[in-house]
Amino acid sequence: MKRVISYIEAVREATDQEMEIDPNVIVMGQGVDDPKAILGTTLGLVQKYGPERVFDTPLAEDAMEGVAIGMALAGLRPIHTHIRMDFLMLAMNQIVNVAAKTHYMYGGQETVPMVIRSIIGKSWGQGAQHSQALYSYFMHVPGLKVVTPTTPFDAKGCLITAIRDNNPVIYIEHRLLHFQKGVVPLDSYTVESGKARVAIIGSDITIVGISYMQVEASRAQVYLQEKGISAEIIDPIWLNPLDIQTIVDSVNKTGRLLVVDNDWMNCGASAEIITQVVEHLQGQIIQVHRMGFAPTTCPPTPTLEDEFYPNGQSIAATAYTMVTRKQDWFPDERIDLKSIEFKGPF
Amino acid sequence: MYSEFYRSLYRIRRVEEEMARIYPSDKIRSPMHLSIGQEAVAVGVCEALHRDDVVFGTYRGHATYLAKGGDLKKMIAELYGKIDGCSKGKGGSMHLVDVEHGVMGTSAIVGTTIANSVGYAYAMKYQQKKIITASFFGDGAVDEGVFYESLNFAALKNLPIIFICENNSYAIHSHQLTRQHTDNIVQRAISCGVRAEKIEDNNIIQIYESVKDAAEKIRQESYGPVLFECMTYRWREHVGPNEDYGLGYRSREEAQKWIDMDQLTIVADKIPEKERLLIEKEVNKEIQQAVEFAEESLFPDKKELLTDIFKEN
Repeated sequence: MKRVISYIEAVREATDQEMEIDPNVIVMGQGVDDPKAILGTTLGLVQKYGPERVFDTPLAEDAMEGVAIGMALAGLRPIHTHIRMDFLMLAMNQIVNVAAKTHYMYGGQETVPMVIRSIIGKSWGQGAQHSQALYSYFMHVPGLKVVTPTTPFDAKGCLITAIRDNNPVIYIEHRLLHFQKGVVPLDSYTVESGKARVAIIGSDITIVGISYMQVEASRAQVYLQEKGISAEIIDPIWLNPLDIQTIVDSVNKTGRLLVVDNDWMNCGASAEIITQVVEHLQGQIIQVHRMGFAPTTCPPTPTLEDEFYPNGQSIAATAYTMVTRKQDWFPDERIDLKSIEFKGPF
Repeated sequence: MYSEFYRSLYRIRRVEEEMARIYPSDKIRSPMHLSIGQEAVAVGVCEALHRDDVVFGTYRGHATYLAKGGDLKKMIAELYGKIDGCSKGKGGSMHLVDVEHGVMGTSAIVGTTIANSVGYAYAMKYQQKKIITASFFGDGAVDEGVFYESLNFAALKNLPIIFICENNSYAIHSHQLTRQHTDNIVQRAISCGVRAEKIEDNNIIQIYESVKDAAEKIRQESYGPVLFECMTYRWREHVGPNEDYGLGYRSREEAQKWIDMDQLTIVADKIPEKERLLIEKEVNKEIQQAVEFAEESLFPDKKELLTDIFKEN
């Protein structure tokens, strides 16, 4: 019988299993050893491995990112955890100027094997500074790997891959993905970096859903069945290295590409993916479109927040228009396609 | 002891004078921040450290690199942008590294290596190695928040690290007292929980003895981090080979006080002339050979542009 666990448990298990086999793996970050244990993802680790390997940090993202880098230079494999991605802005200098560049600017003499975990927030009033998905900042800089796993299976496998990687990896979770449940093998395994996954096979349109938008894109795929439209859903999983070929192959088949990002569109991952697909399919006539955050700051009030994000219905309606060239359908919300995992309060 | 000090001081001084001489020829195309006048700090500290201790430095890092034992040929080749450079021509003067000799890197972003050195010291403690990390930075880095964040963590975890503030009074052209309310770096460190002491007059003997004493305590017991604020003076311009007293932000009279107590001259007077001359001869020959090595080394092949972005797994 296949074991089903949550994304949270998958992250915790990956960390635990790597710590067990490699004493160089260290978990650090604000709150990693407290009773709430980063929403449960580091639960029990300090009891098992002790406070030298699992420790809380001062509220000093800049220096602590630098400390993690220094540990990595000495051969440790720190996992530095940030409970919100927004906080990474305080650590940008160390990530961009040091972690990303060390291996290159020292001519290969040094390496920085570290994982920077961070969590994107959403819903129940997370608002301006608890909701940002700034992964395109990191995709922009050579020397950083960027991964946004969406399933419990990938959460575990990608984290193990990231920990074993000899380079800095920005590992990005989404608060609502934490509630996903799925089949996860108990034994340790890796998910290859730079490989996308065709999550649902289809023929009429390719929908790429990044991070939490993978869930909404999969809901859209179900809505679209009502109209007899077959959507192929792709999860890029890794944003750097990006497996563009899997997306190109799909678009070659469907002729239509809709990229749904859990981020703003301007200069974002959606812009990058569409550009690369168009470059690969020069001369072919394909339709492209993208969806993402509204081009404004995320508001906490529910009526505005609902408008801020794409969702299964709006994605389905957009895909329908791309396929049919008609604008006469917006699906009614289905209770079975509604987010019911999280009720709040945070 | 004085012979070793002199060899190291003289070597750094002469290397930088040579680099300053070559710089206008455009053979060195890397912004160069000379340590001339400040060598005593790097030499005093590094002579007090063990070979397997490590240092992290700044963009004004030639002295730190050489004093710790960094390879001279590779350094000059790096300044020339050659493939035999310590960073294969991908770092330049501001990013010198020699892991084999404990030179862990130098950064062009003020203050960044303070945090990295604290992390390295954490790893040394965790791995139960008796290795000391020395973290070099200037008075400008004390303006940065990362200085306080790093010292706090080093004290919190009682780490085996020695912070060396090379206080030359200026961040580019801005005097410390135009940037900091009070000249009290030592008190700032103490308030973070770090033992701290100010060493005046670029005094190499005092720097050496203080660091040696602190290093022994750190190695033997759980002594915790120590900071030394070493007062020193940069004789040349912030970046480049020349003097800059004509700019008006500081005076030659101010500099003269420091030039008059040049540690190179003071140490030279403590060793027999014959020995001194022999050291000078050997050092100059070594520098000549290193320059020839750099001249003859090749520029990196174009394929090097896209190597070393990621370490293979």
